[in-house]
Amino acid sequence: MPSETVVQQKPFAITLDVGSSLLNKTGTWRTQRPVYLDRLPPCNAGCPAGENIQAWLGFAEEGDYEGAWRQIMDDNPLPATMGRVCYHPCEGACNRVKLDDAVGINSVERFLGDQALKYDWKMAAGSSTGKKVMILGAGPAGLSAAYHLARKGHAVTIYESSPQAGGMIRYGIPKYRMPREKLRAEIARIEEMGVTIELNTRIDDVMQAKEQGGFDAVFLGIGAQLPKRIDIDQEGDTPMFDAVEVLRDTEVENLTKLRGRVLVYGGGNTAMDVARTSVRLGALQTTVIVVESREDMPAHEFEVHEAIEEGADIVNLRSIREIRGNSVTLEFMVPGEGRWPQPTGQFETVEADVIVQALGQNIETDFLERIDGLEVRDGIVQVDRGMMTGCEGVFAGGDMVPSQRTVTTAIGHGKKAARNIDAFLRGERYLPAEKHEIVDFDKLNTWYYTDAPRTVRPMLDVVRRQSGFAEVVGDLDENNAQYEARRCMSCGNCFECDNCYGVCPDNAVTKLGPGKRFEFKYDYCKGCAVCATECPCGAIKMVAEAI
Amino acid sequence: MTQIPESKQKVKFYQTGTFTVGNRLLDAEQRTVQATMDRSNSLDSGHRACQGCGEALGARFAIDAAMRATNNQLIAANATGCLEVFTTPYPETAWSIPWIHSLFGNAAAVASGIAAAMKATGRDDVRVIAQGGDGGTTDIGFGCLSGMFDRNDDVLYICYDNEAYMNTGVQRSSATPGAARTATTMPVGEDPGNAFNTGKSVPLIAMAHMIPYVATASVHDLQDLEYKVTKAMQVRGARYIEIFVPCPLGWGSVPGDTVKIARLAVESGMYPLFEAEDGEVTGVTKIRRQVPVGDYLKTQRRFAHVLKPDNAHQLAQLQAVADRNIKRFSLTTPEEA
Ligand SMILES: Cc1cc2nc3c(=O)[nH]c(=O)nc-3n(C[C@H](O)[C@H](O)[C@H](O)COP(=O)(O)OP(=O)(O)OC[C@H]3O[C@@H](n4cnc5c(N)ncnc54)[C@H](O)[C@@H]3O)c2cc1C
Ligand SMILES: Cc1ncc(C[n+]2csc(CCOP(=O)(O)OP(=O)(O)O)c2C)c(N)n1
Ligand code: SF4
Ligand code: SF4
Ligand SMILES: [Mg+2]
Repeated sequence: MPSETVVQQKPFAITLDVGSSLLNKTGTWRTQRPVYLDRLPPCNAGCPAGENIQAWLGFAEEGDYEGAWRQIMDDNPLPATMGRVCYHPCEGACNRVKLDDAVGINSVERFLGDQALKYDWKMAAGSSTGKKVMILGAGPAGLSAAYHLARKGHAVTIYESSPQAGGMIRYGIPKYRMPREKLRAEIARIEEMGVTIELNTRIDDVMQAKEQGGFDAVFLGIGAQLPKRIDIDQEGDTPMFDAVEVLRDTEVENLTKLRGRVLVYGGGNTAMDVARTSVRLGALQTTVIVVESREDMPAHEFEVHEAIEEGADIVNLRSIREIRGNSVTLEFMVPGEGRWPQPTGQFETVEADVIVQALGQNIETDFLERIDGLEVRDGIVQVDRGMMTGCEGVFAGGDMVPSQRTVTTAIGHGKKAARNIDAFLRGERYLPAEKHEIVDFDKLNTWYYTDAPRTVRPMLDVVRRQSGFAEVVGDLDENNAQYEARRCMSCGNCFECDNCYGVCPDNAVTKLGPGKRFEFKYDYCKGCAVCATECPCGAIKMVAEAI
Repeated sequence: MTQIPESKQKVKFYQTGTFTVGNRLLDAEQRTVQATMDRSNSLDSGHRACQGCGEALGARFAIDAAMRATNNQLIAANATGCLEVFTTPYPETAWSIPWIHSLFGNAAAVASGIAAAMKATGRDDVRVIAQGGDGGTTDIGFGCLSGMFDRNDDVLYICYDNEAYMNTGVQRSSATPGAARTATTMPVGEDPGNAFNTGKSVPLIAMAHMIPYVATASVHDLQDLEYKVTKAMQVRGARYIEIFVPCPLGWGSVPGDTVKIARLAVESGMYPLFEAEDGEVTGVTKIRRQVPVGDYLKTQRRFAHVLKPDNAHQLAQLQAVADRNIKRFSLTTPEEA
C-alpha cells in the first residue's frame, strides 16, 4: 500500500482522494421548502364536542383501544352514549365520502365506549384546587361541564330536578336508541371522579343557592323543557299530549297514554321518537302529520326510514285545521317560498283517539331573569364567547343558549364553559389554541388508500323492534371496529407511511423512528416537492423560500 | 399466469395496504427496504441531479434493494449518462458502493469482466450490476448487452428509462415514444415529434435471449420494484430490469410530479409492468385505476402538441399503443382467485 506521502507525490488529477457528494450542499438550489404540519381534519372540525377523531381512530387502528378511548375522553365524557345518540356531523364532513363512504366514526366510538364499560376504564380527577362550582341540570351540558371541571380539580355539585340524571338523553331519547344501563354507567364514572349529583333538587333562586353553598362559579345547563304548543280549534275530549310528556311517561313506565289510533303532529326527530314509541306500546295505528314535504322535514332521513319500517305512517304536507271528537281535519299544503309550505284550502279527515304535539321545546327563563345582568333574547339565554352570561361567574350552555340543540353541542358547550370557568377561577382568561387550516379532499393523494367499503351496523329485526324497546342498532365486533378505524385516511396528520422518506430523490428526509415522525435535511433538499405530492394525507406543505 | 405482487396486500385494509413506502401497521417483513432506518442509501445526498429526478430516485431504490439482497456485497458498473455525471463529478461521488465508469457503450462488457474476475477469484458472494440510461442501453451499448445476455454472464443489467438522451440535451433514443418532442424530433409538420412504429422494446429482446429473468418496474410502485430487484439478485446468470424514470427537464414536467407521472404511465397502459423467466412472461402488475392516456400526456410539455385538436390522430395513436399493451399483457383482466 502506498503511504500518504507517496500518494501526494503523484501528479494532479490522478491522485485526488475520493470525496463525498455530501460536501455539496444542494439545499442552496431551493426556492421552496417542504414543511411538516398538522392540518385540521374535517371530521375534527365538524365535531361540536371538539373531539380529535383522527387521533383516536389512529390509536384504534393499532388496536390500542384504551388509548383511543382516553383520547376521546379528553373532550367527551360519554363515548358509549355518543356512539349511539349522536347525529355524527363528523361523518358528514369526512373526506372519505368523496372516495367511497364516510368512515363509520360513530360506530367505532360506540365500540370504544362499550370497551371502556366492559373493562371498567376510569378517569382520575385533578388535584384539588379548593374551588367549588355549582351546576344546574344533569343533562349532557351539565355532565360535560362537571367532568371537565373535576379533571381540573374543582369540586362540583350538580342539582337536578328529575329523579335521574341524563337530561333529555334519559327522558327524551327512547331506550331502543339509548340503553339506560350504558348511560347510567357513564354517568356513574363521572360521579366516581367526585362529582356530586343531587337528584330531585330543583333550583329556583340561582344566586341564593350559589351564596348558600359557597360556590365560586355557576354553570347553567337546564336545557329546553317546556313543550311548544299550538292552539288547535278543538271540540270534544280526544286527549292531546306533548311529546316530551309522553316520552317522559314512557321512561317512568307510566304507559297508559298512547293507545288506539295515535296521531303525532310534527316533523322532527322528537315526532319520530314518539311515533316509534307508540308502535312499540302497541297502538292500533300510528300516523305522523308533517307540514313539510318529506325532503324538507327536519327529522333525519334514517329516523324517518326506521319509523316507516316499523309501521308508522308519515303523512307529509298536511296541517291540522280542527278536531271534532275523534275526527281530525287536515289541510293539504304545498311547498311554498323558502321552506315553509302554504295552505291550499283543500281538506281531508282522519280519525284519532290520541293526539300528540311534537313541535319542539321552549326554555324556562322566568327564574333566570332574576339573575343580575343575565340577558334573555327571544327566549334564549345569551352568552359571550367564553360561555359566560351577562352575570359575572355565571356560565351557561346546551339547549338553553343559542345552539344546534344536539347532545354533542351540549357536550362541547360544557367543555368550553369548563375551560373558561377554570380560567375565571384562577383570575385569568381562557385563550383557545389557534385552529390549524382544514385539510380538504384536494390535499390528499388518495391513490395510496386501499379500497375498503364501509361496514354496516347490524339492525334488529323489524318484528322485534315493533314489540319492544330493545336496542335497534347493533354493535361492531372488534374486527369490524378496527377495520372501520383503518378506513380513516388520517387527513392532515402524519401516520408514518414512510412515503416522504422513500420518495425523496435526494435522500433528504430523515426517519426519526416509530412515533417520532420525520425531519427534512434542508442542507440537501432541493425543494422538488415530490414528498408533498406523494404524502397521502396532506401533512407536508411547500413554502416559498425568501430569496 | 401468476400475478406479480404475491408480496403485496397479504394484509387487507391496513389503511394503505402496501401501496405506500412503509405502513406502520404492517409486519416489518412486509415493508420496503426504503422504509427501514438502516437502508444503505447507496446513492446519497449532494448529487447534482435536477429537482425531482426520477433516475436518481430509481437508482437508490434499485441499488438499496440489491444491497439488501446481496448482504451489501455489490459492485456496479455505470454507462455514461446523467446517472454517471450527476453522481460522480471527479473526485466527488454520491455512491457509497464500489462503482466504476468506463465508457458510454461498454457498461455490460465491463460488468461481464468484473463478474468473470469474481468467478476466477472464487468470490461468488460478490455480485455485479451494470446500469445505464436508455440511450446507453438500447442504442450504443446494445451490442455489449446482447453479448452479455448471450453468454449468460452473472450480471444484473438495470436500464433507467427516461426515454431519451437526457445528459446531452434530450435527443431521441430508440426508447423515445411516438409523438414525443425531443431536440431531434421537434413538434413540427403533420406528424409532430417522434415517428411512430420506430424504436424497440429491449425487455422483449432480452426475453428472446432466453435469459433467466427480465422485468420492467416503475418508481411509483416501490413494492413491485423492490420485489423484482430482490428476485433478480436471487438468480444467477444474465438478468435485465428496466425502470421507468420520469425526467422533469427532458419531459417538461413539474419536478414534484415525478412519481405521479410514473403512476399515470403505468395506470394508462403506456408502460406495462411485467416479469419474465426463461423467455416466458410469468407475471404482470395489474392496472388499479385505469386512466386515459391523455391524463398521462397532459403532465408533460413534450406531448403538449398531441393534446391540440389538430393532432387528435396522435392522441388516438398513443391510446392505441396503451390499449395494445393492456391487451397484450392482460393488464386489466381481474386477478384469478
Ligand atoms: C325526544 C328527543 C330526542 C332527541 N334525540 C336526540 C338525538 O338522538 N341526538 C341528539 O344529539 N340530540 C337529541 N335531542 C336533543 C338533545 O337531547 C338535547 O339537545 C340535549 O339533551 C341538551 O342537553 P342539555 O344538557 O342542554 O339539556 P337537557 O338534556 O334538557 O338537560 C337539562 C337538565 O336540567 C334539568 N333542569 C332543568 N331546570 C332545572 C332546575 N331549575 N334545577 C335543576 N335542574 C333543572 C332538567 O331536568 C334536565 O335534566 C333530542 C331531544 C328530544 C327532546
Ligand atoms: C461514445 C460516446 N458518445 C456520446 C457520448 C455523449 N453522451 C454522454 S451522455 C449521453 C446521453 C446519455 O443518454 P442515456 O443513456 O439515455 O442516459 P440519460 O442521460 O438519459 O440518463 C451522450 C450522448 C459519450 N459520452 N460517449
Ligand atoms: S378519513 Fe379520517 S381523518 Fe379524514 S375526515 Fe374521515 S375520519 Fe376524519
Ligand atoms: S408522507 Fe407519510 S410519513 Fe411522510 S408526512 Fe405524509 S403521512 Fe407522514
Ligand atoms: Mg435517457
